[in-house]
Amino acid sequence: MYQKILLATDGSQHSKRAAENAVNIAKCSAGSKLEVVYVVDVDRAKSDVLTHWHSVDVNDSRKDQVSEVERIAKDAGVSYQVKVLRGEPGPVIVKYANDKEFDIVIIGSRGLNGLQEFVLGSVSHKVAKRANCPVLIVK
Amino acid sequence: MNGGISLYQSTYRESWFGNSKGDILSGLVVALALIPEAIAFSIIAGVDPMVGLYASFTIAVTISFVGGRPGMISAATGAMALLFIDLVADHGLQYLLAATILTGVIQVIFGICKLARYMKFIPRSVMVGFVNALAILIFTSQLEHFVDESWIMYALVGVTLAFIYLFPYVTKVVPSTLVAIILVTFVTIVMDFNIRAVGDMGTISQTLPIFLIPKIPLTIETLLIVFPYSIALAIVGLLESLLTASIVDDSTETNSNKNIESRGQGIANIITGFFGGMAGCAMIGQSIINMKSGGRGRLSSFVAGVFLMFLIVVLGDIVVQIPMAALAGVMIMVAISTFDWNSLRTIHLVPRSDAAVMIITVVTVVFTHNLAIGVFAGIILSSVFFVSKISRVRVDEVRKEDKITYSIYGELFFASVSELLHQFQYDTDIQEIEINLSASHIWDDSAVVAVDKIVSNFKSNGKQVNVTGLNEDSTELVGKLANKLGSH
Repeated sequence: MYQKILLATDGSQHSKRAAENAVNIAKCSAGSKLEVVYVVDVDRAKSDVLTHWHSVDVNDSRKDQVSEVERIAKDAGVSYQVKVLRGEPGPVIVKYANDKEFDIVIIGSRGLNGLQEFVLGSVSHKVAKRANCPVLIVK
Repeated sequence: MNGGISLYQSTYRESWFGNSKGDILSGLVVALALIPEAIAFSIIAGVDPMVGLYASFTIAVTISFVGGRPGMISAATGAMALLFIDLVADHGLQYLLAATILTGVIQVIFGICKLARYMKFIPRSVMVGFVNALAILIFTSQLEHFVDESWIMYALVGVTLAFIYLFPYVTKVVPSTLVAIILVTFVTIVMDFNIRAVGDMGTISQTLPIFLIPKIPLTIETLLIVFPYSIALAIVGLLESLLTASIVDDSTETNSNKNIESRGQGIANIITGFFGGMAGCAMIGQSIINMKSGGRGRLSSFVAGVFLMFLIVVLGDIVVQIPMAALAGVMIMVAISTFDWNSLRTIHLVPRSDAAVMIITVVTVVFTHNLAIGVFAGIILSSVFFVSKISRVRVDEVRKEDKITYSIYGELFFASVSELLHQFQYDTDIQEIEINLSASHIWDDSAVVAVDKIVSNFKSNGKQVNVTGLNEDSTELVGKLANKLGSH
């Protein structure tokens, strides 16, 4: 029933569980396509560049972040592709999901408490509110 | 002209007008965010606010034409201001202008000689130490504004910081630093608080900068005064500019030419010095603001510079009334965002030697108040650590009935050979000795001499010695040096 599936990931444990759910949903319908997006926040560019001052490519380590997700998809035999986007995670994911007309967005919840969520803002909340398709938030 | 790899920067024209709408809007935002910093950095350096404002105008505009990294914002910066405090205090503004021009000349030479790639020789831990030290210096430079001040000062700084960090939850269209400054200035004027304002630290002249030649005696003595500052400024300026360029490269997924950027920074500083501005470089924080506001091309830097000057000419009367408390708040925010907090979180994970280099870099800067000295200390220390790490050499000994084979593992060079001589037993009963160097590399004359010495020690004990497994490079070096350096 869901053909175009968008999985937003940040490489954390929470998003690993989201990946397992995404793979399960993808398996339900034949010919479904899973797209994994990883958003690079401009605010983090400084610490990323400093951390990888000598690496050949900063993006290598970013791809490592989604390698776990890739493994899960590969093991399940689901066809998938990975994309790195730039900007503020919430709006970027929403825009991508709406522009490309995905059937469902799957995203992990960071599991923050009330105060943290107030200060940091909840990406999954923003996506749930503004995406035009069903959104599955995995806790 | 710029050799950018991506299609986006394929032509110089494109790098100007490829993103006009986004660039104009972001340029306006950046101009607003630049004003408080330009004034505060001038005050750190001990010069009139106009010196920093003129610098921000001329650097931003010049770089938009000659820079190598479109979308990056350069202006008067804290890293540079911190370097010439003493020069201004001892010799005055004219020497600072001369130092700025000389800094530019050094940077142009650096760019023409294509030295940018050597920036990668600076270890990561030194770069991290550099930004952390910069953050600490910016923070401590603000403490003097609190001396002998009433609780009002502390309260206003607190209010400024609260607005800077909380206002983005309301809207991100206007820079929150500007909103905080306007609000705190307004409150101060209305409540008639008697606290220090920008006007007490210097004058704001509502005129455009004019071309002038620094009034200094053109003597060797002047050069000797100015040169040490210029070399430090040139290095620190390029360091921060190339770090910022890498960040912009990464955030926009485009490449940039670091040598052209180095040359561009130099040209901008030369022009700035002649127009009465202080040396500057690229700014990490402002460049990030620019990218987040949609700026990508050269036009964004140009608009930022021109709009900044326009605002000063129009609003100069109001600018002098900005209380120092508001600027101190902005500077504390700049310090917090400059610091690489990630390095504290991971300090127990990185190798101890890397952590030591980072800390030594920071401590050196905090004590000398000179970022350049800190960077040198960090580079030297990490070189020493590197040498000691690779100087570990292991010797394995295999005894057969009539032959001993010594296999040497590791790099043989000046630092590793001193221990080597004692690891052999020269007076054995066995007559045939083999020294196998296939897992080793001979790097310099000390190593050749050392191997020579080992061989001769065995020979003088009447043994028959064979050196085997020399790799090509090592053989060549031994061949070149053996005849000339022979110690016997």
